Parts: sequence; C-alpha cells; structure tokens
Amino acid sequence: MTARIGVVTFPGTLDDRDSQRAVRVAGAEAVPLWHRDKDLKQVDAVVLPGGFSYGDYLRAGAISRFSPVMESVIEQARAGMPVLGICNGFQVLTEAHLLPGAMLRNTALHFVCRDQRLRVESTATDWTADFTPGQEISVPLKNIDGRYTADERTLDELEAEGRVAFRYASGGPARDGYGNPNGSQRDIAGITNAAGNVVGLMPHPEHAVEPLIGTGRTDGLGLFTSVLKKLVSA
Amino acid sequence: MTLDTVKHAEQTPEVEQPWKELGLKEDEYARVREILGRRPTGAELAMYSVMWSEHCSYKSSKVHLRQFGEKAPRSDAMLVGIGENAGVVDVGEGYAVTFKVESHNHPSYVEPYQGAATGVGGIVRDIIAMGARPVAVVDPLRMGAADHPDTKRVLPGVVAGIGGYGNSLGLPNIGGELVFDACYQGNPLVNAGAVGVMRHEDIHLAKASGAGNKVILYGARTGGDGIGGASILASETFDATKPSKRPAVQVGDPFQEKLLIECTLEAFAEKLVVGIQDLGAAGLSCATSELASNGSGGMRVELDDVPLRDSTLSPEEILMSESQERMCAVVEPDKVERFLAICEKWDVIATVIGEVTDGDRLEIFWHGEMIVDVDPRTVAHEGPVYERPYARPSWQDTLQADDAGRLPRPEGGDELREQVIEVLGSPNLASKAWVTDQYDRFVQGNTVLAQPEDSGMIRVSEESGLGVAIATDGNGRYAKLDPYTGAQLALAEAYRNVAAGGARPLAVSDCLNFGSPEDPDVMWQFVEAVRGLADGCQVLGTPVTGGNVSLYNQTGEAAIHPTPVVAVLGVIDDVARRTPIAFADEGHLLYLLGETREEFGGSAWSQVVHDHLGGLPPAVDLERERLLGEILISASRDGMVDAAHDLSDGGLIAAVTESCLRGGHGARLVVPDGLSAFTFLLSESAGRAIVAVPRSEELRFTDMCGARGLPATRIGVVDGEALEVQGEFTIPLDELRDIHESAIPGLLG
Repeated sequence: MTARIGVVTFPGTLDDRDSQRAVRVAGAEAVPLWHRDKDLKQVDAVVLPGGFSYGDYLRAGAISRFSPVMESVIEQARAGMPVLGICNGFQVLTEAHLLPGAMLRNTALHFVCRDQRLRVESTATDWTADFTPGQEISVPLKNIDGRYTADERTLDELEAEGRVAFRYASGGPARDGYGNPNGSQRDIAGITNAAGNVVGLMPHPEHAVEPLIGTGRTDGLGLFTSVLKKLVSA
Repeated sequence: MTLDTVKHAEQTPEVEQPWKELGLKEDEYARVREILGRRPTGAELAMYSVMWSEHCSYKSSKVHLRQFGEKAPRSDAMLVGIGENAGVVDVGEGYAVTFKVESHNHPSYVEPYQGAATGVGGIVRDIIAMGARPVAVVDPLRMGAADHPDTKRVLPGVVAGIGGYGNSLGLPNIGGELVFDACYQGNPLVNAGAVGVMRHEDIHLAKASGAGNKVILYGARTGGDGIGGASILASETFDATKPSKRPAVQVGDPFQEKLLIECTLEAFAEKLVVGIQDLGAAGLSCATSELASNGSGGMRVELDDVPLRDSTLSPEEILMSESQERMCAVVEPDKVERFLAICEKWDVIATVIGEVTDGDRLEIFWHGEMIVDVDPRTVAHEGPVYERPYARPSWQDTLQADDAGRLPRPEGGDELREQVIEVLGSPNLASKAWVTDQYDRFVQGNTVLAQPEDSGMIRVSEESGLGVAIATDGNGRYAKLDPYTGAQLALAEAYRNVAAGGARPLAVSDCLNFGSPEDPDVMWQFVEAVRGLADGCQVLGTPVTGGNVSLYNQTGEAAIHPTPVVAVLGVIDDVARRTPIAFADEGHLLYLLGETREEFGGSAWSQVVHDHLGGLPPAVDLERERLLGEILISASRDGMVDAAHDLSDGGLIAAVTESCLRGGHGARLVVPDGLSAFTFLLSESAGRAIVAVPRSEELRFTDMCGARGLPATRIGVVDGEALEVQGEFTIPLDELRDIHESAIPGLLG
C-alpha cells in the first residue's frame, strides 16, 4: 500500500501536472483535486502547486484561498494532514493563514528564473525529514512575487522555533545559484507551521526530480520521499 | 443613424464610404462592389478591409510563397501543410507536432509589453486550434542598437510582456534569439514561435461543415481594443505625421488564455468539436469567413449574441475587434450542452452565436436585420493578389564589391586577443541570460534543453523518451548582402542547431520580416529570400509547413535588413541521447567539423571591429550541411561526442567560449595548418560545428567522419581554467565570463 497525495488545480494553476509527476516519481499515487470540489478524495496529503491561480489578480493566492477545496484543506491541515505549498501554493497558504507572512514583488521588479541553491534549515517537518540539517540543495526558482516578508516579531518567532525550513544559500557566486534572488527577509525561502505538517516554499522542488529534465538534478525529490515515508510508516 | 443593412446598401449605391481610411485601395473597393453587385454595407466593408489587408491576405507575397508548396520535398512526416493555422508533422509513436512562427512587430514597437504579450497569445491559440497542447514557446527578437535610448524602452517591455504572458500560461520558453542592429531602431522585430503536441487522431481543422451545427464563440468578451490592428497597424509603414496608433494594439489576459487552453483541450478530448478557429487578426471577420469558407456550407451569425465588454460597440467594430483570448468552435447540436458545460467548468464564457447553413453565403444579422451577405470565399481566400514590381537594387553590386576581406586584420597575438574580446563582449554575442532568466524554462517538467543551448528540446513521451527540438535563426546582415544566400544560411543554421543537439530535422516554419513591398528593392529582397528558402528546403528535405510574412517593417524610406527567420523542428527518439553544448569533462578532444575559409562578409568581426557591412555572406553548401547533420545525429545517438556546438556568428571563438563557460572548463586550442589564427577564430564559414570527443571514442568518431567524407580537424582539448590559443593568447575563464555576462546587464540593467 502506498500513500495517496492530492494535487489541487485552481484556474490558472500551472505546475499541477509536474507536481503529480513528482509524487509518482517518489512512489506515491497522485490524486487530482479540483478547486470547486470540497471532497479531498481520502488523500493522505495535499500539494498546492505553483502557477498564477486566478491570474494573481487582486493579490497572489488571495482568491484561491476562498475556493471550496481550501475549506477542506484548511480543516485537514489544522488536524495534522501534511500540506505542501509550492510558489503560488505557498502564497495561498499565507493568504489562508496556515503560514505567517506574505510575498511581495521581487526587489528586481521582474520575473526571475534560475537554478537556486537552498540550505535545508529544518528537517523536523513532514516534508523535509529525508534531508540532513544544513544540507545544500539546488532546485529551480521562478517567480515575480517571491519576496518573503513578515513583521520582526513573526520572523524572530520563526527563527526561535526552528520554523525556517529553507533559506537561500550564500557562500558562492550568483551564477551558481547562490544568494537571495528576490530580497526575502532573512533569506527565507520556505517555512513550516509549528506542528511541522504544513510547509510552504517559493522554489520548485517538483521541477528537480528527474536527472534528464530541467536542471538535471533530483534534489527536489526529498520533499516528496519525506512525506511518503512518514505516511507509509504511520 | 440608420443601420446600414444589406437592403439599405442596395437602395443607396451613391453613399460615400470610408474605404480609404480602412486601408483599401481604390481598385480594391471597386472590386468589392463588383463582387457584391452593389456597394458593401458598413459591416461588409469592415470585413473586406481587414481580410484584404496585407497582414491577412498575403496579397503581395502570395504569388511567391507558392514555391514553398511547389518545391516542397516529399516528406512522409507531413500531416497538415501550409494554409491551416499551423503545420502538423508526424514524429512517430502516434504523436504529431504542430509548430509555427509569427510576427508581432508593429504592435510591439507601439506598446512593447502588450504587443509582445499578445504575440505569444496569438501563436499559442494557433497551436490549440490545431488540436494540440502547447508545450513550448520561443522568441526571436531583433532590436535597434543596444546603446540607443529607445532600445531601453522597447526591449525590457518586450521581454516583460513575453514573460508576463508565457510564464502565466505555463509554457516553457526554450529558445529564440536576441540581435541588436541599428536597422531595427524604428522597427524592432518581435517574432514568436510555439510548439504543440497531440495524437494523430486529435488533429482539428478550421472548417464549418454540417448544416445545423452550432457556431460557439467562447473566451473573453469582445471589446473595442485592437480595432484595425491588422489592416492599419501591420500593413502600413510607420509615419511620424499620422496620429498615434496606440488604440490599435490589443491588451492581453494570460489567465483567460490559460483557461481557454484547458477547456479547449478538454472539449477536444471528448470529441465535441467539428471545426475550430482562433480569433486573432481581424477577429470575428476572420473566424467566421474562414470557417465558412473552408467548410461545405454557409453560415448565419447573430451578432447581437456576441458578449461585449462595451455595449456601445457598433456591429462594424464587433466584427473588426481584435480582443484577445477568444475562439470559435463549430459543434453538433446534441453536443452543445456538453461543450458549454466544459466552458462553465473552466469559468469561460461561451455563447452560441450562429449556425452552419446549407447555403453558401455568410449572413450576419444585427437587431434582426441582415447587415452582411457575402460569399465567404471572396472575403477569406479570394482577396486581391499583386504581382509587385521588383528589381535588383542599384546599390547591390556596390555593396557586394565592398569586400570585408580587405579590412585591416589584427597583427600579432595581443591585437587578436583585443579584437576577440571586443567581439565576445559585443551585445549580439554576449550572454542573453538577462533576457532568458525572465522566462520560465522549467514549467511542464519536460524541458531537456533550453537556451543558451543550440536548440530547445522537449520530451514528448515519458515512456519512450521521444522528444522534439526547435531552433530559430536568421541573420539580416547576411541577407542584406545576398538575400537568396542569406535565407539559406538562416535555414542551414537552424538545421545545424537542431542536429547538434542530436535531433533529426523534419520541417520548417518561417517568419519573413521585410520592408515595404511597394519598394521594388525590398520586393526583390523578398523574392530572392523566398526562392532561396524554398530551394534550400528542397535540398535538405525539410518542407515548409507554414509561417508568416511581415512587411512594411520600414520607417519612412528606411527599411530593415531583409530578415527571414527560419525555425527548424526536429525529432529525437530518446532524449537521453541528446548532446548539450557544455564542455563538461577535462581531457575531451576538440574536433572542428567542416571547412574554414576566409569569410568575413557580414561577420560579427566586421561589424564590431570595423562597423562594416559589405562583400558576400559565407557560401552555402546544403549537401554538406546535410552530411554534417547526419554525422552530428549519429555521434549523438551512439554516444561518440560529449558536447557539440554549431558555428555561426562570431565564428569558432564564440562557440568555444560558450561551451567553456557552460561547462566551467577551459580549452587549449591549436591553430590548424594552413589557417591564420585570425581566420581560424573569427571566420564565419557555414557548415561547421565543434564537438568534444572522449578519448575512448576518438577512433570511432574520426573513422566515421573519414568514411563519410566530412573534414574533421583536431583543434585542441578541454583543459584548465583558461581559453588558450597556443602561440597567440590566453584568456582566463573568469575574465571570459565577465566579458560574456556583463555586457547586456551593463546596457539594460
């Protein structure tokens, strides 16, 4: 028996097929979920993929957050179901208040697409247990509203509670993917809730799961194998 | 105001009509009257004027474009040829691929962001209309001088528009070009290409057949934007004395287009669609007349049923509007309900606006009165055809006599090093990452190769590894020196780029960018380029499946360089066998394939160092290109090479530099006997590539080249932290990287 991992499609979602593929490559069953449908089809975990849901109109993630499927996702997330928000999915999670903070426009004011070096800061989450603390990974990053922002107290809390899951890695040249690509506060690329079941990040691990495709690395697979191991062993 | 109905038009033959303002010529207007046997109604005049525009009717180019069909090589791969929204090619395993390149030049100069964005939108709808899922886009761009202030207005806007639209659609941007030249200052070229994949049985065509079938307009509401875009904007020379054409540019909404893609593909999957057409240039006028014209019956349309953004629009404006993100489908009556349900699922507005009739007329009604009654073929396909006069320009001989071979050459290694650095740091050869890093190249998770690779490559089948590759190339400087050869060089380069990645070239699409066809000099350039391309495709066995002509790229008397941009599509059985450009491993041997001659006419060196354009472009030998392609493909498939890179502008030094930087390794080069270091590094002879060969494969590889008769010269080895040309100069990799990467951000950043 393997785990069933749902992937939500909102209007304007782009990386739903990619996330389904990543789930399959990791060895789990991918279950498409539709934004208008509250039914989560008995999945064991949910991925909110990237894209421009509702065209990012009003504010990225602001409209999707009110879709019927999110009612169930919010409820289940609070009950402990693993939920991963990637890029636009991360934005939806902050709009839904499952994660603190918000994303502003990149400091360069334009879309940035590159291979990004990340440091795994916390392995105490459902989605990062397969990594080692401090491990450096490289996955694609691609967004225009990726600048993580929160008030100082929230940031201090995140740090103190070890809830920064991924940070943009420094220590090398920009051409090798090092450095903060968008002006995110404290180089934060991804965070988790206190329980460790809800994780959001701006870079795209689902684009780094096959050796031939994209960056040619499979560093992103760890997020999906992490949750799969947890679900199968549970 | 009286509604100008068909009846009213019959009764008032003497009414003055604004045919001139709508872009028709006097004899064209007379021809419309002759066809109808009366004066056209306002709505009919609107339709004829847009559909008979240069942009929609190809009236100046048609007689020449026929060669693409007449000279087309026999190809079993061709499933749908010229004339449909896009050509379709068989790539095996039951898959078919559709691709096309189009221009959005004029709108992008007027309003760079929206012009470029809607260019992407239009080409993507062409792909969907064939029944395919779009899988990639490419954007060949040509801008004015890199250091001109207006380039800073146009280029960032164009790049943001392409990214803003394409990224939001979830289409990886995997290739294209960026060329700067002062000749494009007032007429930048924004070409957009797209690739789509489908199963053979999913091919759809733009035709309305079956009396009683419903015509459904779906997508965005119709507004007042883009009225006259095709007839006024894209079919005339820019003129500073005329009023602003800004309102003629359309405004795009990629979110709406993304929904349109998904709901269209879902409707196709359920076999609900008889015929389909996207609404691009000329909007509803085009969609209704083409659907009706290609089908077996007529069509009746109730214009009152078209959902509007602006309720004050007149019927003429509704017919001419180029509002984006709209499509028109023909659906059998018992499938209409299901079609509308799918549209509703995707929050797409869909409305039945008419039906197919068993007559042969296109009839359009407004408030219950008939305002259009035409034979749709006369609108869509039987427009005027011109045999424009053309003649070899009087200056052509002088230009060709001004041989670049006579330009002063560098003396000694130090001066050569200086000039090499100057060439490598010039905007045309420098890294384009500033542009391409604003495009999503990863989305859909099938990108095998993307810029700065020689071609973009996309996996089609996860099971077998089947993939397709696309490359676009063009060189206006070569084409200015000799348009026939220039077009063939563009073809040869794109062909070589596809083969260098390991894919077998299958078919061609083109975007032919020229000045005003009313100038016999320009018309000659066009005629020569088309002839060159058609002849070239015949030799290479790659038929032209479709494309686009963009004329009137001219400000006042000054036309752009003739710029045929050629896209070559190739197929690869297993993407795991692809060959990248990067020198990834030390010790691999570098071989130069092909012959190097003293060819500097139109070269990057002559432009950068001497600001010179004259002489003849490099000679073309298409049989040699074909052989080189076969060697590259075999070497890739059999794992004989680790890297391959085509040689084109900037010559060998530009290619080696890119491969070194991509792989993070240096190279030691030895100048072959019989060549000067200068010619070896900077000549732009065609039919050449460099490959990196693992030592274990050297014998097998050179044996193959020897047996097939392809010159292969060992020129060095991948090694160290610098690019060294023995006996001449050394450039450390860090310096090389700085030169290569800082030029464009320095100009634009």
